[in-house]
Amino acid sequence: MTASAMHFNIHGVRAIYRFEMARWFRTLLSSIASPVISTSLYFIVFGAAIGARMGEIGGVPYGAFIIPGLVMLTLLTESISNAAFGIFMPKWSGTIYEVLSAPVSTAEIVIGYVGAAATKSVLLGFLILATARVFVPYGIEHPLWMLAFLVLTAVSFSLFGFIIGIWAESWEKLQIVPLMIVTPLAFLGGSFYSIEMLPGIWREIALFNPVVYLISGFRWSFFGAADVGVGTSLAMIGVFLVLCLSTIVWMFRSGYKIKR
Amino acid sequence: MSNILSIQNLGKTYASGFEALKNVNLDIRRGEIFALLGPNGAGKTTLISIVCGIVKASSGCVLADGHDIVREFRAARERIGLVPQELLTDAFESVWATVSFSRGLFGKPRDDAYIEKVLRELSLWDKRHEKILALSGGMKRRVMIAKALSHEPKILFLDEPTAGVDVELRRDMWALVRRLRDDGVTIILTTHYIAEAEEMADRIGVIHKGELILVEDKAALMAKLGKKQLTLHLQQPLNELPPGLEGYTLELADNGHALVYTFDTATEQTGIGALLRRLNELGIDFKSLRSSESSLEEIFVNLVRSRC
Repeated sequence: MTASAMHFNIHGVRAIYRFEMARWFRTLLSSIASPVISTSLYFIVFGAAIGARMGEIGGVPYGAFIIPGLVMLTLLTESISNAAFGIFMPKWSGTIYEVLSAPVSTAEIVIGYVGAAATKSVLLGFLILATARVFVPYGIEHPLWMLAFLVLTAVSFSLFGFIIGIWAESWEKLQIVPLMIVTPLAFLGGSFYSIEMLPGIWREIALFNPVVYLISGFRWSFFGAADVGVGTSLAMIGVFLVLCLSTIVWMFRSGYKIKR
Repeated sequence: MSNILSIQNLGKTYASGFEALKNVNLDIRRGEIFALLGPNGAGKTTLISIVCGIVKASSGCVLADGHDIVREFRAARERIGLVPQELLTDAFESVWATVSFSRGLFGKPRDDAYIEKVLRELSLWDKRHEKILALSGGMKRRVMIAKALSHEPKILFLDEPTAGVDVELRRDMWALVRRLRDDGVTIILTTHYIAEAEEMADRIGVIHKGELILVEDKAALMAKLGKKQLTLHLQQPLNELPPGLEGYTLELADNGHALVYTFDTATEQTGIGALLRRLNELGIDFKSLRSSESSLEEIFVNLVRSRC
């Protein structure tokens, strides 16, 4: 079946998805080694060294408490950087001409690039969970919800990364948003502490950090306890997802930084 | 012969205010080789980029094999292949992977036999497992063509296909273009090498400052705008044209050692016989004579110069 005879170019989506996954597999060692090593270091420093002197938080040992936050930390940064790089690279090298001249719609381009970036992030998430298991025993109270949070976060932040990749005209710009905004938000989003531990006004301020909702919801799926309601967490991810999708649709319709 | 590409009232003004295309109308016939000539910045690449979906038109419309390139972009684009001017490739991909990627991207199911055929035709088969960064410039150019042909397009755009390639590769490309035309592919090429257009094209279009100033059959164009010259190398040099030769478009060249007669190829009577008889009467002897006709390059330069 040819592209014109159908409403969805499955071969095109598959081509982009495979291309992106192949890029990841070419650098598999560094792609996997880097998050595994950094997560192991977090567990050694925060889990074993510091965690041993900390009490339980909400009935959960500190070593286990930080697992959802650490997974989210990697998930956010990897989703953004993978998706941003995936679309920035062809834009930068000029090979984007081929995608723009192909019979693929905006939705198909997004599914291909963002789908691949999200797949990589989800795989890394599982890898980190497996690495954590080496250091700390833990259980997952709501495995399906855990999976849902994992996938939804990977998809929405891959969409966000895709937007950054289109917006950025230089390597510096490509890194500035993850470095200056996302990493601080992730660290201050309760990866290593419960926002209940923050003093008065800082607790209120923390609620403006969208990452708080992600980590809180994800942590609930592990331990059944959260800083904010799980419904609120899901709604926040949903809002972020819709915002990102709308921005991408606008970018392609207007040709923003894609078509002259 | 029906038209496979119809460009109607196409205009493009960039955000900077630069008007790259001004109301361009052009029909490309099915199965022809069409050469689009024009100086740098004339609008050739903009025109191609709009048809291929890379640049948005400001006005007008384009039909590719009857399909509007915006409303029916899937049907239009799957019929079109593009070899851009610059070598734009994914350096770390293998030749096989990048050509297969292009086929999938254009909505075609996997067909290893067809990809093999394309790679063999372009002498890339032995290089299929090599990464593109390891290839020479000429080989990369071949990869670009293989990618454009991977989805079996009906219309192939070649934007400066032989810029910077060696003579052997250029000949290979010309042979390939002819084979594609024989297979029914319509080819639109832009080129700086006017000899290329002269050698290959069925029809020629000249674009200048965003306007399509001429579209003509190559043979008709050369007959209409071409000049022929007859050069007579004289036995004795002349200081000036002797009386009695008025009425002939003659001029002295080579310090009076040659007499150059310019005549129109379009007229039935060239006047050569009468001129030779007149020279005989005047006692002007010549050692040899040579005729030449203007190249497409001269026609092109004159056309563009007349518009400046």
